[in-house]
Amino acid sequence: MSLKILEQVNSFLAALVLLTAFAMLAQRRINALIHVFMWQGLFLSISTAIVGFIANKHHLYLSSVLTLSLKVIVLPYILHVLIVRLKIRKEVETIVNIPMTMLLGIGLVIFSYHLTRPIMELSTFITRSTLSVALATVMIGLLMMITRKKAITQVIGFLAMENGLFLAATSATYGMPFVVELGVALDVLIAAFIFGIFLFHINTTFDSLDVNQMARLKEDI
Amino acid sequence: MKELNPIFITVLQVVIVLAIAPVFIGWLNMLKCWSQGRSSAGLLQPYRDIAKLFVKDIVLAKNASWIFRFTPYLVFSVPVVASVIIPIISTNLLLSPTADIIVLIALFATARFFTALAGMDIGTAFGGMGASREMMIASLTEPAILMAIFTVSLAGKSTSLAHIAQVFASSVPIMRPSLVFAAIAFAVVILVEGGRIPVDNPSTHLELTMVHEAMILEYSGRHLALIEWGSMMRVFLFVTLGVACFVPWGIAKTGNITEIALSFFFMIIKVGIIGAGIVFVETGIAKMRLFRLTEFLGGAFLMATLGMLSFFILE
Repeated sequence: MSLKILEQVNSFLAALVLLTAFAMLAQRRINALIHVFMWQGLFLSISTAIVGFIANKHHLYLSSVLTLSLKVIVLPYILHVLIVRLKIRKEVETIVNIPMTMLLGIGLVIFSYHLTRPIMELSTFITRSTLSVALATVMIGLLMMITRKKAITQVIGFLAMENGLFLAATSATYGMPFVVELGVALDVLIAAFIFGIFLFHINTTFDSLDVNQMARLKEDI
Repeated sequence: MKELNPIFITVLQVVIVLAIAPVFIGWLNMLKCWSQGRSSAGLLQPYRDIAKLFVKDIVLAKNASWIFRFTPYLVFSVPVVASVIIPIISTNLLLSPTADIIVLIALFATARFFTALAGMDIGTAFGGMGASREMMIASLTEPAILMAIFTVSLAGKSTSLAHIAQVFASSVPIMRPSLVFAAIAFAVVILVEGGRIPVDNPSTHLELTMVHEAMILEYSGRHLALIEWGSMMRVFLFVTLGVACFVPWGIAKTGNITEIALSFFFMIIKVGIIGAGIVFVETGIAKMRLFRLTEFLGGAFLMATLGMLSFFILE
């Protein structure tokens, strides 16, 4: 396959990652949200493998496999177990309504495009154009963490942010050193476990995962 | 090889649209019948419906103004004008340089505006309700159409439809993220503009759900025939507009007679496949609650905007 077509496929995958980020913003059901997160992980891992092929960096294949196993299989499984154990069946609760968050998301995409354009002009990598998509994914993850009430959706927002960071690393510098990537991957895994335990405790203390309830932690003076 | 005159091609296109639009609707109805396990009335049933309506008398309300009598002719003539502009079988059209894609959308918007006025003209409750719903839907669809069309125009480096179709048809088929997003947005737009199921149901007169049917409830006889035929052409034209913008491969670029015959053949296949897609969506999902439409159409707008952004970012 020629390099040109691979480059095209890679930017298409980047567009799909961005699309899944928006799909996560639009999702009302928590099960569907986890499915979309799985898709994002899958697109990310394929994209990483393709960048590895274009740049001829073999460690990217390993990190692609790592992404696949961690973000498509392990993390969604943990999240799934969590929502079953916590008996979360309700829809995602938002602070700002969904069409408004979508518009904010579009604004963030434009913002990150303007922010990364000078970097794109300096860079010589083939994958430089996906950098702004990566930044936008990070920001949309952040937006999701801000605009959701329930702790579990905030956790998914955090994981989506990490996906964005990963894409940024592969597109801007052809991936971080493998040791660092391994460390980050383990970090995310451990974070998911800690989040799980944390969510259990929030749930048992407040009978709800609504983070607004945490205001009650303040001691009355 | 014999070369056809652009004037002749243009006239041919108008004839094709007039003749094939009812068959296309018949095709949709036929597939829908099959998918629901019913036996269908055949491809030509819409012709019989139109013919029946033409021989019937008109019942006109006493307080009907000129708007009510004028609207059917406008609704019928707008698609006829549009079929002169959209490259359906050939990009070598006489009038395509005079009107671009934005004019086309404005033409359709004019027809819609008059339909809404005519719906309110008699003063029945249903007409007004249908008109208000139609306008709400229009205000949400038109940004999505325009965004999708701007994306296509950016990629085709022109707003002239014939030019866009020519540029894409002579390029290698490749998945460009911007065009894929714009195409998804446009697919939603086709469903909305055609009044198909997630938005409106063309085959029901249930007062709570109808939109387009509510506006034209007071029409009868040849007025109704013109409106029905006009809206059939409208659906067909939106589909061919989608074909011209997103999958124009195979369209004739010259007046060569074999090329045009081949292009006609391809057009029938593409439109048939898109029709099957529409029926697939229609049988697959239920009609949406009216107030859920903001999200559905907002999604289409988002898709089109993402398409435009990814044109700048990724290409």
